[in-house]
Amino acid sequence: MDIIVENVTKKFGPQKAVDDISFSVKTGEILGFLGPNGAGKTTMMKIITNYFSPNGGRVTVGGIPVADNPNEVKKHIGYLPENNPLYLEMPVLDYLEFCAGLLGVPKNQTGDRVRTMVRICGLNEEKHKKIGELSKGFRQRVGLAQAMIHNPEVLVMDEPTSGLDPNQIIEIRKLIRELGKEKTVILSTHILPEVEATCDRILIINKGKIVADGTSDTLRKQATGQEILHVKIEDGEPNAVFTALQNLPSVGLVDFTDRQLNRFEIQTRPGMSAKRDIFKMCMDKGWALTEMIPFETKLEDVFRNLTMN
Amino acid sequence: MKLIWIITKRELQSFFDSLIAYVMLIIFLGFSGFFTWLYGADVFLVGQASLQSFFGIAYWTLFFFIPAITMKLIAEEKKTGTIEWLLTKPVTDRQIVIGKFLATVLLIFIALIFTLPYIITLSKLGNLDQGGVLGGYLALILMSGAYAAIGIFASSITNNQIVAFLLALFIGLFFHIIFDVLANNFTGVIGDILNFLSLSVHFDGVSRGVIDTKDIIYFLSIIVGGLYLAEMSLVKRNIEN
Repeated sequence: MDIIVENVTKKFGPQKAVDDISFSVKTGEILGFLGPNGAGKTTMMKIITNYFSPNGGRVTVGGIPVADNPNEVKKHIGYLPENNPLYLEMPVLDYLEFCAGLLGVPKNQTGDRVRTMVRICGLNEEKHKKIGELSKGFRQRVGLAQAMIHNPEVLVMDEPTSGLDPNQIIEIRKLIRELGKEKTVILSTHILPEVEATCDRILIINKGKIVADGTSDTLRKQATGQEILHVKIEDGEPNAVFTALQNLPSVGLVDFTDRQLNRFEIQTRPGMSAKRDIFKMCMDKGWALTEMIPFETKLEDVFRNLTMN
Repeated sequence: MKLIWIITKRELQSFFDSLIAYVMLIIFLGFSGFFTWLYGADVFLVGQASLQSFFGIAYWTLFFFIPAITMKLIAEEKKTGTIEWLLTKPVTDRQIVIGKFLATVLLIFIALIFTLPYIITLSKLGNLDQGGVLGGYLALILMSGAYAAIGIFASSITNNQIVAFLLALFIGLFFHIIFDVLANNFTGVIGDILNFLSLSVHFDGVSRGVIDTKDIIYFLSIIVGGLYLAEMSLVKRNIEN
């Protein structure tokens, strides 16, 4: 089910939590919301899951406008809210059965679905305990189990891996990746490596607006606009190599990183690649190209650039 | 309808899981049993095979107990954030409110069922006025409904259970006694209106076995009004600004 968000605005008093946001997510895509605290990620998720209705704009899930038929849309969405609220006095199994009933899972399939979720989320040993007795990691698993109990086509998860230990994080990420093959997944996080590890696409939100949209690679390119290479060229006199590099048509800026060792940092001109040109130049001049490292901008830098101003 | 029942069932279950139900049953039965059979204007002092003394006691015990049961219904869910989760499920705000209301009334109903031995005992002791007994129970159920609706409304506007409890008692106090007291001090139209608003007048009417449509309409309007206001305070998240 595709999710289409068109010009959505949500105001709290005079403040716009979400300001004219438009984007779409396709089936089989995992979209990551990234943004500083208070950027509007959670509000956006609450609008998609129909907790809030927007002040303006439209959300369509699988072709159905959310505003027209909220209860139909809600059936197809699995939602793991921020902080994972649960009924602490309920035993795990009772809680999952309650969720299944609420989400319209037919009675004869309820047992099956509950067992499947207990297995997938590794809750077998804890299934008779009250949720309040579980540790944070297990509660998170219960949260994931309730979000997926009705086998929804859309999964919305607000910080799905918070509170889990590293092994569980890897398991959950794997699970999300698998689910993402056939479902539409939206997740928010502020753990940057997590977005890179799980998401097909990243949406960076700041102050209620989208400031970047793309894969982690395109975002890095967008942020710098050019390729950065670290090269070491031997057998040449440093200044001669410097001038030769500077004269290449695809090279924008050359800088020494280490004059004694003939190390250079090269920024290419926007949209061009200089790797082949540098290689050919070295061949022609008889220099030895001993190092060429494409230098990646870290996603952290992209994030800081876009959200600090 | 099915969804309302799912919610009702969960709430009822959670009353029992969290021991609220047991505490409430024991104290309610203890109090009303004590005052009906052992102390004050009890059955033996009155010397009639009548449950009037029980209804008089239950009139007060329920008044205090119902806010204690309803205070957590929405306030707690608001505090823990489960209400937000619940509202993203395919249920309407109204179904949630009605489900919680039915759970409260059902719990009271269970408590009242445990007083059935009183009827059996009394009917052995003398000639029991069956109309009066039926009317009395009906009056208790209707009153519980009214206070449950008020309690749920109070619970829906705060995320603090104590505030919800005190607010429900405060609103309830007007219907329970204040309108009645005021009605005695006014004459004419104002007196009539205050008299009509007083719950005790309608309660007495029904519990004597005289079931008037006016009384039924009175109780139903408090129930509908309270639940409607509770629903509105949930819907409010979307109409602000």
